[in-house]
Amino acid sequence: MTLALELAYWQQLAIKVLAILVIVPTATAIIVQTFLFKMMAHMQSRLGPMEAGPHGTLQLMADGAKFVQKELLAPARADRRVFTLAPVVVLLSTFLLFVVIPAGPGIVAENLDLGIFFALAVSSISVLGVLMAGWASANKYALMGGLRAAGQLIAYELPLVLAVVGVVIQAGDLSLQGIVRAQAEGEIFGFGLIGLPFVLTQFLGFALFLIATQAELTQPPFDMPVAESELVAGFQVEYSGLQFLYFYLGEFGAAFAFSALAATMFLGGWWVPGLDLEGGLLANVVGPVVLFAKTMAVAFVIFWIRFTYPRLREDQLQSFAWKYLIPLSLVNILVTGAFKVIF
Amino acid sequence: MIAQNIAFTILAAVATLAAVRVVTTRNVVHAALYLVMVLASVGALYVLLVAEFVAAVQILIYIGAIVVLFLFGIMLTRATIGADAGLDNDQRWIAAVTGLFLLGVLTFVLVDAFGDDRLPSLENMSREALTAERGTGAVGDAIFSTYLVPFEVVSVLLLAALVGAIVLARRE
Repeated sequence: MTLALELAYWQQLAIKVLAILVIVPTATAIIVQTFLFKMMAHMQSRLGPMEAGPHGTLQLMADGAKFVQKELLAPARADRRVFTLAPVVVLLSTFLLFVVIPAGPGIVAENLDLGIFFALAVSSISVLGVLMAGWASANKYALMGGLRAAGQLIAYELPLVLAVVGVVIQAGDLSLQGIVRAQAEGEIFGFGLIGLPFVLTQFLGFALFLIATQAELTQPPFDMPVAESELVAGFQVEYSGLQFLYFYLGEFGAAFAFSALAATMFLGGWWVPGLDLEGGLLANVVGPVVLFAKTMAVAFVIFWIRFTYPRLREDQLQSFAWKYLIPLSLVNILVTGAFKVIF
Repeated sequence: MIAQNIAFTILAAVATLAAVRVVTTRNVVHAALYLVMVLASVGALYVLLVAEFVAAVQILIYIGAIVVLFLFGIMLTRATIGADAGLDNDQRWIAAVTGLFLLGVLTFVLVDAFGDDRLPSLENMSREALTAERGTGAVGDAIFSTYLVPFEVVSVLLLAALVGAIVLARRE
């Protein structure tokens, strides 16, 4: 897309940073409001928040204001510097995830040639913040939560990365725009009208990616690190006010980002039949709407599973990753590679 | 090139100071966190060299996996908050001599091998040309053609380490 006015590099950078700073809290708010407040309530035959605004839609405003007002507490024996830094590290990882997600032919903060690999790399930073928080709180529950989180995130990082490899092999490109293009230009046995969303060929990869995402986001049934009934809230237990809000933003912002990544890699991303891949006003206006719809569909599945299944035990969780998910994802890579060579 | 030089100076200073703090801090967890700063600065240096893939690998492997495993191990065994008295010993002079010797050897080797080389100027290259020459695809091509044998040797080495770890863990 050509803009009417040419902006200097730093001006473009400022706009991109500002856009991401706005998008992450908005995306988090939408996810929390739609799924955590209302969908969960209705699935459990409750009403959920109803007082603030029509049907409780302004509840998050009230909650946000409440968090900002609260005092920032830290335990007396806590390691103050690490304690303050930990939520920032988690939030940074979430913000960086949004850099590479394309919402239209011209709407992407930075169309890196690394694409999905960059997203996986920055998502791995959040473990560090979780460990820092768990240790610096000087609290046994927090430390146990941090350790559980680290063990879980290391185990599920592997199937997450390996599930993506199948998509990358099929698309022949790491950049997310390239993956969208490969799906739009694909054909189903010569029938090219709707392109080839990779969920049709990479259904195993899609399932593995969703399961690993669920674990990476520590959503139930993989919520051992924050298990309320045994660890209070794990690594988050000593945090209050804005710092707790940072963890909250980090968790649900990442949920949105991972849903958007899944939508981009497996469901065709911002493209639907009729949109111009090369640019144009229509694609840049409709693209974000399409991506948003697909993202919400994926997020719906994630939260549906979250509200349905009970928590896994630590040993079940570990053996599920190492004995089932990782071998399956290796098989997926092998089969995809074989098909790539044959066809 | 001025902007690159300024960025390099800042990153090098951060990496060096953090590296000094890794060995001088009195807390194991702080040492590991300073190590993160060193590794992140090195990753940023790779970005300066237009080696984005290597930079992402640096973050994914070193920060996301290796340091996290360090911290995991430290926190499982001993991770006191505040200064740890048992962390120091009386070998610092030997360590200083060894460190300086290593610095000398590495400096000599690097200057001897690459002293006359100049970094190619990338300012006139288009983004597409840069990607074609130095992007992820180029790295992949190099690994699976020019450096195929070293790559396979390294993977066999990793396999051996994996088998060894399982044998050690299974030994009753």
